[in-house]
Amino acid sequence: MVQQTVVDETRRPPAIVAVEGVVKRFGRFTALNDINLSVRAGEKIVLCGPSGSGKSTLIRCINHIETHDSGRIVVDGVELTDRMGDINTVRREVGMVFQSFNLFPHLSIVENCMLAPMKVRGLSRAQAHERARGFLRKVRIHDQADKYPGQLSGGQQQRVAIARALCMQPKIMLFDEPTSALDPEMVKEVLDIMVELARDGMTMVCVTHEMGFAREVADRVVFMDHGAIVEEADPETFFRAPRTERARDFLGQIIH
Amino acid sequence: MFAVLFEPTADGQRYIDWLLSGLGWTLALAFFGWWIAFAVGIVVGIGRTVQNRAFAALARLYVEVFRNIPVLVQMFLWYFVLPEILPTTLGNAIKQIPPPWGSFFPALICLGLYTAARIAEQVRAGIEALPKGQTEAASALGLSPYLTYRHIIVPQALRLIVPSLTSEVMGIYKNTSVALTIGLMELTAQARQISEATFQTFTAFGAATLIYLALALIAYQGMALIDRAVRIPGTARTDDDIAPNLAEDIQQAGALPAGMEIAK
Amino acid sequence: MNSLDFSIVLQAWPYLWSGLLFSLALTAVAFVVGMVLGTCFALLQHFEVPVIAKIVRGYIALVRSIPLILVLFWFFFLVPIVLGHLSGSGRPVPIGATWTAFITFGLFEAAYYSEIIRVGLRAVNRGQFEACQALALSTFETYRSVIMPQVLRVASPIILSQTIILFQDTSLVYVLSLTDLLGAASKLAQLNGRLVEMYLVIVVVYLAISSAASQGVALLRKRYAIAGARR
Repeated sequence: MVQQTVVDETRRPPAIVAVEGVVKRFGRFTALNDINLSVRAGEKIVLCGPSGSGKSTLIRCINHIETHDSGRIVVDGVELTDRMGDINTVRREVGMVFQSFNLFPHLSIVENCMLAPMKVRGLSRAQAHERARGFLRKVRIHDQADKYPGQLSGGQQQRVAIARALCMQPKIMLFDEPTSALDPEMVKEVLDIMVELARDGMTMVCVTHEMGFAREVADRVVFMDHGAIVEEADPETFFRAPRTERARDFLGQIIH
Repeated sequence: MFAVLFEPTADGQRYIDWLLSGLGWTLALAFFGWWIAFAVGIVVGIGRTVQNRAFAALARLYVEVFRNIPVLVQMFLWYFVLPEILPTTLGNAIKQIPPPWGSFFPALICLGLYTAARIAEQVRAGIEALPKGQTEAASALGLSPYLTYRHIIVPQALRLIVPSLTSEVMGIYKNTSVALTIGLMELTAQARQISEATFQTFTAFGAATLIYLALALIAYQGMALIDRAVRIPGTARTDDDIAPNLAEDIQQAGALPAGMEIAK
Repeated sequence: MNSLDFSIVLQAWPYLWSGLLFSLALTAVAFVVGMVLGTCFALLQHFEVPVIAKIVRGYIALVRSIPLILVLFWFFFLVPIVLGHLSGSGRPVPIGATWTAFITFGLFEAAYYSEIIRVGLRAVNRGQFEACQALALSTFETYRSVIMPQVLRVASPIILSQTIILFQDTSLVYVLSLTDLLGAASKLAQLNGRLVEMYLVIVVVYLAISSAASQGVALLRKRYAIAGARR
């Protein structure tokens, strides 16, 4: 038996994101309190919890848009610290999708997707264009490539934002409430893309309240409240039999 | 460094008296010019927003003309050209006005009417920024257009534009120096005169610069006080409120963040 | 009232034309120098570069608080002295009124353009910076490719309005006895005594140029207002 577990441990892929004892404060408010989380390559994790629970802060710490005050965050074998010379070597392996899309309004859709591959990865214009076309096709928006962000619907913009992140060919994708700013009828078109991405084997960390999505693709659901991880379980267990009162309350509120 | 200012001049005064006299003319010009500008500016600004086509067109013409001619050229129009195109007797009478009044009055009218055009645009922006519901509510209560403007629209619009009026106050006191071109011995002119009389250019210009800086500070603080005094309770602006609106502010004609579009 | 004689204007036109060209050249040079320097000033403040940001802040506050004519007098007096020190001889280097005007307007306008760009920088949504971070863009690329294009676009109507004011302000070089459009008219008026005709003609020229430019700015504003509403 003992032998068996050791073998299992070595067979599982190593953690691509390791968060150990992370604390983050905004002034006197503690946003993250001793967070431990590890994500293995290919894993899909859904972070959920009431607003202000720290889930967005956590995901933003993983690519160092927020800096943590203490503890360790290791991404793809590199520890994130304030002193590190070039955070961008880590960030180029981590794609991020924001709640408010954050497309560049002065660049066309295809240019939004080409900018970082050209400037960061050093692709030629032609290469970047080809790659952008490919990923825009994947998110089914290639026929709008020459429009500007302001001319697209919210759902379309968010799909472009996903394509933009994918063009960097990241090892990990972070989603920060990608469907919260969308009209209800547009949520599905974005979730469909995310499901496909999960099926392709992408490592994903998603802050979302879309429980259908969590059930369908998540390997683990992590429930946070007041800056701490309260419960961590596979989706089936989490939704059917949450262990804590707080998780039950939360599920009761969002499932209507 | 400023010791030279207390030395006696050829005419028995001290140089500092020249500066103070210049300051007096600068202040008089800015102060009285402001009230002309404010009064005319409100009327023209309202005119830009009314339904009456003739009035609106006149107001627009006024703004176009007075805003698009350099203030120095306007100064020359009032000083040199006006007496020439008036009937000869009247023109000659104007030319007979003794100095310094012969320079002061044209400068006063010039600055007043020039600044009025700029204030008019601020007033218009203020009125247009008000929600349409205000006019509708006033009409629903049976207020006439005049009463609506008098009691509902203008009082709110003026409160709204106090920050942008600050830049117009700064503008008019700085533009007073243009009056030196038609011979008014205001602050800048006196500084130059002292510089030429004493060769202490640094001291002369330095003293004038300090005075202008002090005036700017007073104008700025004064307008901030007014802004606070006339603010409607419950509508206090915080920095956080202002920041997200800047992009819109930038795009709106006239309604610029305080001090952004200053005449020199 | 004397009868007006505008035939005099036809004779005077070549001289007025050269004056107008000087006004336009001064506007163009001050615009380019002012925008380049002003952008640098705004970025120095934006990045809160120690000491330098404070100095820039002080310079801008000073220049914006005193009349342009006084600034012209200052530079007319100071620039030769500073150049003397820079050249090492210590003796003032006379550079003449024309150069003084170009230097003064460039440095003066920089203060105004800088304020416009600084406010524009503050108006850029924080999400834009975060998206650049997430895409691993360097700071230089972030500003060059994403932030500054947006700032210049959103601020362009104000920048152009400021440039129209600049064009009108170039008339103040009259106090340095330079021959810009106004200077040309006033010199001719003294020679031929037809000051009414001379001044009325340049009024028309200034009015036409500034009005046309203002209309252009208004159009631009309308276009961006629509783009802004859609965003």
